[in-house]
Amino acid sequence: MITKDTTFWGYRRANGRVGVRNHVIILPVDDLSNAACEAVAHNIKGVMAIPHPYGRLQFGADLDLHFRTLIGTGSNPNVAAVVVIGIEEGWTKRVVDGIAKTGKPVVGFGIEQHGDHDTIMRASKAARAFLQDASELHRVECGVADLWVSTKCGESDTTSGCGANPTVGSAFDRLYGLGSTLVFGETTEITGGEKVVVERCRTPKVAEDFMAMFNRYQDVVNRHKTSDLSESQPTKGNILGGLTTIEEKAMGNIQKIGKKCLVDGVLDKAETPTGPGLWFMDSSSAAAEMVTLCAAAGFTVHFFPTGQGNVIGNPILPVIKICANPRTVRTMSEHIDVDSCALLQRELLLDDAGDKLLDMMLRTANGRLTAAEALGHREFVLTRLYESA
Amino acid sequence: MIHFVLHEAKDTVAVAVVEGITAGADLTAWIMDDDKQIAIKALQDIPIGHKIALKDMAVGDTIFKYGTDIGRVIAPIKAGEHAHVHNIKTKRW
Repeated sequence: MITKDTTFWGYRRANGRVGVRNHVIILPVDDLSNAACEAVAHNIKGVMAIPHPYGRLQFGADLDLHFRTLIGTGSNPNVAAVVVIGIEEGWTKRVVDGIAKTGKPVVGFGIEQHGDHDTIMRASKAARAFLQDASELHRVECGVADLWVSTKCGESDTTSGCGANPTVGSAFDRLYGLGSTLVFGETTEITGGEKVVVERCRTPKVAEDFMAMFNRYQDVVNRHKTSDLSESQPTKGNILGGLTTIEEKAMGNIQKIGKKCLVDGVLDKAETPTGPGLWFMDSSSAAAEMVTLCAAAGFTVHFFPTGQGNVIGNPILPVIKICANPRTVRTMSEHIDVDSCALLQRELLLDDAGDKLLDMMLRTANGRLTAAEALGHREFVLTRLYESA
Repeated sequence: MIHFVLHEAKDTVAVAVVEGITAGADLTAWIMDDDKQIAIKALQDIPIGHKIALKDMAVGDTIFKYGTDIGRVIAPIKAGEHAHVHNIKTKRW
């Protein structure tokens, strides 16, 4: 049973935040720098390149989000040190300077006027030194409220709403009472349950901010839709799993915020919370996009309930999968960390299912690899707001 | 064994939580919020995760699950039949 005295072993960083992993990452500013980053990760065993397809000719709010996501990823306390590589030095420095505010080791390299060979050599030397230094860092005992926990579900079916999502809700209710920092999001996936979220907002201002984000996203859907979004939201997989309408999916989705915790504030995409409590992040409902945004906002452990078996992971954020569908647990067991099936046979009480998840959260925080980590799932997907210039 | 779950007594559909539910079977449904069990009968095969109708419903009726409106009936449904995209549609978008 988790209490305010419960502790785990984590890495306390220079800025006071606590990580549960000790990654040294090689972070490209743009698509053109992926090859150099991957070459560095090939040279230096134990560092991780995080390739992605964007970073060129973006502008305005879309560019701000790009930088916020990259800087947030490097700043995440699960990351010990960062080597940044970009095609030129200006934007590379912008990412380096953002990450440097955490006090962690970070260095950047621009490829132009050097070429890949020279850049890879210099970046490999830096990565090697960072990795050796990181390998000497020790875990220290930390209070459970030092863990920042995010949630987002995927390939949901009806068992998600009855079993896996309420399991997360039970854990969130407990963590909220202990002063944890928590986040949920998936703006379109609240369609049909928005009134329930409004009723849970701590103040009328929070409710107003939430509804502004909700309505803005509804406008995006209405502007671009060619049908009622069937097969997109709910997805084809959701429908195969038995979910029929967005309202049904939404009511299942919001079981993740439990019955007691209040929504204390809203966040823009990849924005870091300013204090403990439950936050709503305006975000896509696509799994890898949302989890990437949570990692960039500074969350260090993720609860991911699934029904039909979404296999997602993240490079730096351990993704714990919870499932209450016995067929999925049987056919895809290597992806599932917490089996909540007994809940739907009335053989497991909801609070006991929540305890089982919290136990797995602590084991994961102490260093146990999640199924997604063991299987090498490192989906890093940047959210784009509109076309490049 | 529990074959179906529903959230609230007012729900008009329940979810199959086991595999292999076939037409004609006598089955048990668990109302989670009331912790009460009821007997129901399937008129059609219901795949795991899919819904069974708990009452007869006409076109335009509202479907209740979680005690909440989750969509409208677009083709008549009899109690015991499979309730999904062929007879239910969203009221949004």
